Amino acid sequence: MTVTEPAAGTRLVDLFERGLNSPICLTWELTYACNLACAHCLSSSGRRDPRELSTAEAKAVIDELEAMQVFYVNIGGGEPTVRADFWELLDYATAHHVGVKFSTNGVRITPEAARRLAANDYVDVQISLDGATAEVNDAVRGPGSYDTALRAMRNLADAGMKNFKLSVVCTRHNIPQMDAFKELADTYGAQLRLTRLRPSGRGADVWDELHPTQEQQRELYDWLLAHGESVLTGDSFFHLSAYGQALPGLNLCGAGRVVCLIDPVGDVYACPFAIHEEFLAGNVREPGGFAGVWRDSELFRELREPQTGGACSSCAFYDSCKGGCMAAKFFTGLPLDGPDPECVQGHGEALLARRPEDRSGIPKPSVDHSRRTAPARRGPVPLQLTRRPDLERPPVSACAEDPLAGLRVT
Amino acid sequence: MSEIDLDRAWDLHPQVSVRPEPFGALLYHFGTRKLSFLKDLRLLAVVQSLGDAPTARAACTAAGIPDSDLARYNAALTALVSSSMVVERTP
Repeated sequence: MTVTEPAAGTRLVDLFERGLNSPICLTWELTYACNLACAHCLSSSGRRDPRELSTAEAKAVIDELEAMQVFYVNIGGGEPTVRADFWELLDYATAHHVGVKFSTNGVRITPEAARRLAANDYVDVQISLDGATAEVNDAVRGPGSYDTALRAMRNLADAGMKNFKLSVVCTRHNIPQMDAFKELADTYGAQLRLTRLRPSGRGADVWDELHPTQEQQRELYDWLLAHGESVLTGDSFFHLSAYGQALPGLNLCGAGRVVCLIDPVGDVYACPFAIHEEFLAGNVREPGGFAGVWRDSELFRELREPQTGGACSSCAFYDSCKGGCMAAKFFTGLPLDGPDPECVQGHGEALLARRPEDRSGIPKPSVDHSRRTAPARRGPVPLQLTRRPDLERPPVSACAEDPLAGLRVT
Repeated sequence: MSEIDLDRAWDLHPQVSVRPEPFGALLYHFGTRKLSFLKDLRLLAVVQSLGDAPTARAACTAAGIPDSDLARYNAALTALVSSSMVVERTP
């Protein structure tokens, strides 16, 4: 991203805080269905939602995006390629000037699919991999997922696809593997993309064990600074900017201002890491469509108001980290106007330590499509029949013909 | 990169889209997948009129940019050329 300005003026960050006509970075999760069941899945995916947008509805969304000049969408899921109309929607979007960058675990990236992708200039692919070795990756993403991802990368490279992305969520176990990830990406002619582990979706259940330690955060920051713009981060580590030097990118929470999420059933959330009714702005099926939600939702209007630093406003680094990630605070039960749970100045740790042992009172994701780990309950439901204690006598049926039915003599 | 020649004809790259925003505009290059932000409305006017103007200098004059400011606008256009957002127009 570059900024071209003849005059030193307001910082871009300050302009973006007031919101844009259309999002710059729109994530669209096409389905909650997924062949994997990653421990940290931010959208708690697994089962398809029967209310999923139809092909026609999805195309109508693309038409809107074209009219709004949303230049590209980040498509994800679930595993987007398991939707039967995935390729149809991909072609429809790129034919309508909406570029597509999609995330996949690689399950459907056959040699044929790879050739198709390599031939379309308006498509970019992100292969998700959370360990540079099968051992580290499969512990989080499931058995066989490392091999699936590597096979997909090989197919893409063989098809001549240049500069696709190897996308890694940084965890306690893979921070020591950054150089190995870079080598892996280079081997396949891919670009490395690192993102932050959020306590969103099922991620909330494993965040305490998986999120990087303070020392690892420093290690990651130094590594990112050393590699500059050759490694992408989707702006997700802006909370690390409080170490001193700002990382490349906007360094701003873009929720509802430059970023938002459309989920598989058309619900629009402020950001992909905030699938919770608290951050639900509307639905694309409403009469105003997606544009109506983006422009007029009350939630987005609020997010575009100047934010106060709250407990952070006295911190010397507030201007560089802006208090960090809203979703990370929300799903760890921290106040939204206070420090990020992974605040590099250490202000989040004390708050985290105060969480109750059973994590009660901490918001849970309000949408869960995880596959059942035990079969649905069958057989009789044990219950005991009793009288309602608040009735003096049984209620009178509408069919009771006795003229004295319901008569009460007091 | 040295500064561009304002007396030549320039244009937006055919794969670049311009999206107006309250602060100026957003430029997106579908080929390089790079975004640029224009924070100056006069620069936006220049960029949008490049294709119809005989020279970049003429586009600047039409946008009301005084000669004393030309150097700054030249630098901004040079940056856009180096990121392939703006290309030289060949007759």
